[in-house]
Amino acid sequence: MSSLLGGSREDASRRDWQHILHLDAVLLFWLLAVSVFGLFVLYSASGQDQDVLIRQLVRLAVAFGAMLVTAQLRPQWLARWTPWLYGAGIALLVAVLVVGDVGKGAQRWLNLGFVRFQPSEMMKLAVPMMVAWYLADKRLPPTGGRLLVAGTLIVVPVLLIARQPDLGTSLLIASSGFFVLFLAGLSWRLLGGLTLFAAAGAPILWHFMHDYQRQRVITFLDPEQDPLGAGYHIIQSKIAIGSGGVFGKGWLNGTQAHLEFLPERSTDFIFAVLGEEFGLAGILLLLLLYTFIIMRCLFIATQAQDTYSRLLAGSLAMTFFIYIIVNTGMVTGLLPVVGLPLPLVSYGGTSMVTLMAGFGILMSVQTHRKLLPT
Amino acid sequence: MNRKISHSPFRHRLLTGAVLLGFLVLAGRVAELQLLDHDFLKHQGEARHLRTVRISAHRGMISDRNGEPLAISTPVESVWANPRELLPAREQLPRLARVLGLDSDHLLRLLTRRKDREFVYLKRHISPQLAGQVQALEAPGVALQREYRRYYPAGEVAAHLIGFTNIDDQGQEGLELAYGDWLRGEPGAKRVIVDGRRHVVEDVESIRAPRPGKDLVLSIDRRIQYLAYRELKAAVRQHNARSGSVVVLDSRSGEVLALVNQPSYNPNNRRKLHPARLRNRAVTDLFEPGSTLKPFVIAAALQSGRYTVHSRIRTSPGLFQVGVHTIHDVHDHGTLDLTGVIRKSSNVAAAKIALSLPPEDFHGVLARAGFGTSTGSGFPGEADGFLADYHRWRDIERATLAYGYGLSTTPLQLAQAYSVFANDGYLVPVSLLRREQPPRLRRVLEASVARQVRRMMETVVQPGGTAPAAAVSGYRVAGKTGTVHKAEAGGYAEDRYLSLFAGMAPASRPRLVMVVVINEPRNGEYYGGKVAGPVFARIMAGALRLLNIAPDDVPLLHTRARSTEGPA
Repeated sequence: MSSLLGGSREDASRRDWQHILHLDAVLLFWLLAVSVFGLFVLYSASGQDQDVLIRQLVRLAVAFGAMLVTAQLRPQWLARWTPWLYGAGIALLVAVLVVGDVGKGAQRWLNLGFVRFQPSEMMKLAVPMMVAWYLADKRLPPTGGRLLVAGTLIVVPVLLIARQPDLGTSLLIASSGFFVLFLAGLSWRLLGGLTLFAAAGAPILWHFMHDYQRQRVITFLDPEQDPLGAGYHIIQSKIAIGSGGVFGKGWLNGTQAHLEFLPERSTDFIFAVLGEEFGLAGILLLLLLYTFIIMRCLFIATQAQDTYSRLLAGSLAMTFFIYIIVNTGMVTGLLPVVGLPLPLVSYGGTSMVTLMAGFGILMSVQTHRKLLPT
Repeated sequence: MNRKISHSPFRHRLLTGAVLLGFLVLAGRVAELQLLDHDFLKHQGEARHLRTVRISAHRGMISDRNGEPLAISTPVESVWANPRELLPAREQLPRLARVLGLDSDHLLRLLTRRKDREFVYLKRHISPQLAGQVQALEAPGVALQREYRRYYPAGEVAAHLIGFTNIDDQGQEGLELAYGDWLRGEPGAKRVIVDGRRHVVEDVESIRAPRPGKDLVLSIDRRIQYLAYRELKAAVRQHNARSGSVVVLDSRSGEVLALVNQPSYNPNNRRKLHPARLRNRAVTDLFEPGSTLKPFVIAAALQSGRYTVHSRIRTSPGLFQVGVHTIHDVHDHGTLDLTGVIRKSSNVAAAKIALSLPPEDFHGVLARAGFGTSTGSGFPGEADGFLADYHRWRDIERATLAYGYGLSTTPLQLAQAYSVFANDGYLVPVSLLRREQPPRLRRVLEASVARQVRRMMETVVQPGGTAPAAAVSGYRVAGKTGTVHKAEAGGYAEDRYLSLFAGMAPASRPRLVMVVVINEPRNGEYYGGKVAGPVFARIMAGALRLLNIAPDDVPLLHTRARSTEGPA
């Protein structure tokens, strides 16, 4: 088990399957563990719909396939193509704003004729890659001018995506860029300044928000003020989780979920189903699995042999964490409602593929290391 | 890429710490919800999916005396919506409106106007098939509720008597109103599990079973009711009359076998309903009984001992002066015996007799026969009728009272009063419900007096009487016509009449008493004997046959039978 927790020394001389397939066994194990657990919860949340389960299995297969593919790409190769990927991503984001399809009231999709495609998903990887590529080029910590450029590289796609509007994704991308900056040695003074700036900028941000986004903030602050309207989601999910108790009502026995009080129960609010049916025990188990994944990813980052890989790996690990915290914080009423799925558990395709591709990069970073003379 | 790597182990450790802290806070929050707020939130959850639902109770059936249904409740569904849930799903409205047969804009306005409510009826009392279609739409916030719709198989025939309920199953008119408490059940309650769209998923427990309402058995015989209605309707149409009523009593039990009015209405479809059609005129409308009161004058005369059947009264020249007033007969009838007074319906003779009797005796007979007092049928809005106190009678009032002016009665009250002659002097209180025990009788006249007057009334339908058309072949009929000038502001109308016939059969041992009132015949004919008499004959003939009552006029039957059985 200790090897599964990632503490073991890698013996890169052994040409075992991990290095042939460029997969990290530890990370793969925990990813599979979360996915399987997620399938159980989804089966219940979907009202025991086998079609949903099969579709999710197909998506998982595609996502793990994407992971397998990206794991083969050497970090150096990735770095070389990073500016092109980023440039293409920005172009597509602009295209989406101009000719994109509208889905659920937001303009996020680009119809390429044969496939509908969300450029913002691509940017989840392209932005941290770009910032890491740019900063890794020179000595760290970066100078003020380089920081400004890096900041621009982050802010442009974030604003483009926020305009779609897709607050959740732009938040994720902003934080992925931020973590690159942070790991690159963003000075504490600047960090403090940014925090102050953000605090001062909140009212300005409020001014630019869409009505529904403002409503979500108000709802977050006081869900009971409109229990049948905007606050409904939060109240119902808090009830679902709270009524679960320590060991939950049992698999397939959640009333809030199965009686359809809980909205979006197989997608964004699936965490509440978990809480209702598996109780505190189930939630702690899932959080533990997530912790193992993040710890393994951070470990991979510290082991990285070049700056680009280290910055990218660390950022991807922390973005995964932000993903989880934003979703679970929303469902438990700690954070305002931002439409992000619970990674690897929620029903849904595109974001899972991107996510697993990110884990593929992490595996590539881990398995393409050269042996260092000790 | 072979640049020197910049490690920053401190920042990595910091991030690791941040991740652990973040998950710790989250776990703490979940623990707070699941451990500290567990009971509260569990209760909140149950409050959301456990509901107490009202179960409508079945309203009792109203049937005729033989158990034939006159008002029955059938289960139907009503569609209601919670506007707060349905309005956000506005795109569903056109489909919903189409299924319900409503206008989509109208539906939207209905919901918008009550957007703060949680319950709005969309359409009530729809068929089970339609309810199934509505359910299949699965529109959010739309649900069904079991209710009962009242259906009246007899339609307009018994509309006035039965009345009707409103959409909430509460009696509004007639016996539905009068016996509302008896018919109404007690709604039950049950606890159910509902889902987020308020659809009932599962019954958990029954809190209280609904107690269905009790059935009500009327005294009505549906066959006679139909017969009476058909004949009355035909007569009202034939004479272009304003309205009409018929009451048929079982003279022994006082049970009302038929009670019909024109104009009527269809209680199953009350749209475009004129209020005037709603009146149960046989019970609520007063009229002056006119000559149909004369048998009571004769009875009072015989009862007083001052007259015998052979007493003779001079009516020539058909005029009689009382103070400044003059009382007229239609013809000069010369000198009449008491039978002749009835048969010819002489106002002059009746007035003279009335003036010769002590007022208290005359009043006593009328009061005991029920004039001026409600019959106690219990029908909502029943009129008492009016009979003045004899202490205040002036001569002209005594005189006009003798031929039926100056007091008022209802068709039902008049029929009850006539039961005195049918029952050898006893008055039988009327009842609209089937009687399980014989009623308490009240003596009004000596048996011999009642029989004598009844015998006199038989002459009315015989040749030379005022109503040969009221005769029923095979049966002896006793009755009295009435042709009443209608009262109007400032006096009596010259050309507007009420045509009456009150009578009974078989006269040897009466079983049925009937009153026919035709209000304002406007096709020339207006004499009671010519307008109301034939209606009486037709209904009485049919009712006697339906009830299998033995004929008492066999020689007549015999000859008639032979004539109809001739060579065919």
